[in-house]
Amino acid sequence: MTATELNPQQLLPGEAPVRLVDESGTPVQAEGFELPASGVLRELHRSMVLGRRFDRQATALTKQGRLAVYPSSAGQEACQVGAVQALGAGDWLFPTYRDSVALVTHGVPPVEVLELLRGGWHCGYDPYRYRAGPQCTPLATNALHAVGLAHAARLRGEDAAALVFVGDGATSEGDAHEAFNFAAVWGAPVVFFVQNNQWAISVPLDKQSKAPTLAHKAIGYGMPGHHVDGNDAAAVYAVTARALSEARAGNGPSLVEGLTYRMDAHTNADDATRYRLGDEVDLWRERDPLDRLAALLRESGLLDDASAHAVDEEAEGLAADVRAQLGTDVHLNPDELFAHVHAEPTRLREQADLLAEELPAEQEEI
Amino acid sequence: MGQVTMAQALNTALRDSLRADPNVLVFGEDVGALGGVFRITEGLAAEFGEQRCFDSPLAEAGIVGTAVGMAMYGFRPVVEMQFDAFAYPAFEQITSHAAKLRNRTRGAVELPMVIRIPYGGGIGGVEHHSDSSEAYYTHTPGLTVVSPATPADAYSMLQEAITAADPVVFLEPKRRYWTKAEVELPAATEPMHRAVIRRAGTDVTLLAYGPMVATAMEAAEAARTEEGRDVEVVDLRSLSPLDEDTVCASVRKTGRAVIVHEAPVFGGYGAEVAATINRRCFHYLEAPVARVGGFDIPYPSPKLEEHHLPHTGRILDAIAELQWEEDR
Repeated sequence: MTATELNPQQLLPGEAPVRLVDESGTPVQAEGFELPASGVLRELHRSMVLGRRFDRQATALTKQGRLAVYPSSAGQEACQVGAVQALGAGDWLFPTYRDSVALVTHGVPPVEVLELLRGGWHCGYDPYRYRAGPQCTPLATNALHAVGLAHAARLRGEDAAALVFVGDGATSEGDAHEAFNFAAVWGAPVVFFVQNNQWAISVPLDKQSKAPTLAHKAIGYGMPGHHVDGNDAAAVYAVTARALSEARAGNGPSLVEGLTYRMDAHTNADDATRYRLGDEVDLWRERDPLDRLAALLRESGLLDDASAHAVDEEAEGLAADVRAQLGTDVHLNPDELFAHVHAEPTRLREQADLLAEELPAEQEEI
Repeated sequence: MGQVTMAQALNTALRDSLRADPNVLVFGEDVGALGGVFRITEGLAAEFGEQRCFDSPLAEAGIVGTAVGMAMYGFRPVVEMQFDAFAYPAFEQITSHAAKLRNRTRGAVELPMVIRIPYGGGIGGVEHHSDSSEAYYTHTPGLTVVSPATPADAYSMLQEAITAADPVVFLEPKRRYWTKAEVELPAATEPMHRAVIRRAGTDVTLLAYGPMVATAMEAAEAARTEEGRDVEVVDLRSLSPLDEDTVCASVRKTGRAVIVHEAPVFGGYGAEVAATINRRCFHYLEAPVARVGGFDIPYPSPKLEEHHLPHTGRILDAIAELQWEEDR
């Protein structure tokens, strides 16, 4: 059944966010969704632990001047990991600058993920190799790329879907509206995952939107909107997996809003105490997505001290690798500035020659 | 084929490109059943089906943004912006994404896409239907910007743009859509990036592109009959890159240059051409390089546009100012 054949009521999100595990780690019922299999739950936990360690390491690297800037996604691991783990082998991911953990989970080497924020090159990985668009800074603009790519896959008769992350602030952008609308009209296999972390730098959600929830926006485009507890990795996985599967099956796009929280400031260069209260942060600390899934796993016998320790060790190994790879100066060839502007680099030969003449002089000065 | 309008030539180029390569897609506002407001896509949806030529929702950023995604996946989208000023909502997608993706990804992602924009005035269009927006695009590294002036070039250059590896902003001089010429299609003219001499002359070089080439040709003829000047006319065809060698060879020969475009002179594309000539041809110049363009005003209403657009008289006046020997 395509979205347009659904009763309009079916396009609305449920009254409460879909939740499969409550804040204490106890499984709860959600109509139409099952708790993911044990293997999936273990993998969600492992990836979240790795993701958080990676995130902490990246923030630390800004203090050492190894990264130009880093927008932490601490607290949003369930959204990034849960949604990415739901991707199929042929699916594409379209991330933003805050989705480094999603990219690491997706299999992109951390050093390649951090190339943008390290300041070496604007995108550090080959999008085709990982089926991941470049991390996008102008908000919601890559939602249109996801729609175009997903529509293209459908024109080719392939059953690939595209998952694109946007934030709560980005839903105000015109490109988000256009992407939602194009996807719905074309029936493009796209899942728009809104990580509603409730803050767009310093602007809270109530200054961003008066929609009952961001998931309610979907009905205006004629696509289903789902509201999910964004700190419940199991629920995020289950809801996103179904949305992707519907998209691949030709049933059109959908919007998933994960309700979560940005625990850190916008970036290491931001000071969140200027615009929000610590009480709010403390409240969300109690809803930590890692603690919640770990509690469930322990209660279910899927995690014990030894296996938890093994995951922690792996995370430390990942952090050590990131430190080692980013602890050295990046070697860039200035001549590369001209290499990828046009298919024919000869168009910029004169300017490349000019720079080449400058280079030995600069090196002598050093 | 005989007499062909530029509109027919563009339509034939799209048809032949759709036939030649299954990856070519045509989409935009009203390009399906209607065939576009200028009928450039007439009959394509019927011949190639809704999957290859289709109407999009009415949103220019959406059109260009989705074309970026399709090009990433291996298609060659050709999108239509309905009018010059209506392309501005797509500006971010064109300049921040289409132009930059190759660079951002160190060459991993190529975007073979064409953004067709009917541009310029002279058709009596009401507000927002007649801008000359070329300088916005030529100022953006990563874009190729071209503009044909004749039906034969319209066919040949559009075909070449569609096969190009990089995004091309294809500026169509809408006032020349109905200009006819004797053309046998398929026509293969000079490569897209090359400027051509439309009329050989020895006294002064008129440099023009798109809608102003025909005006420059008229002015050249008038200069001959009225002033006895032998004017060379160079059709730039490609604005980015600029064929500096052809431009400079002509100016070195004549020693005088006048650049003509519809766009406002201030900050206009002519400044770039003038700077290039000054840099490369300074010792050959008999007079400062002159620019003839629209006034530095928002595009006027239809009943006033004739006063704004460059015309033969204004070009002749500019030529007359070029410090001729008899005036010294």
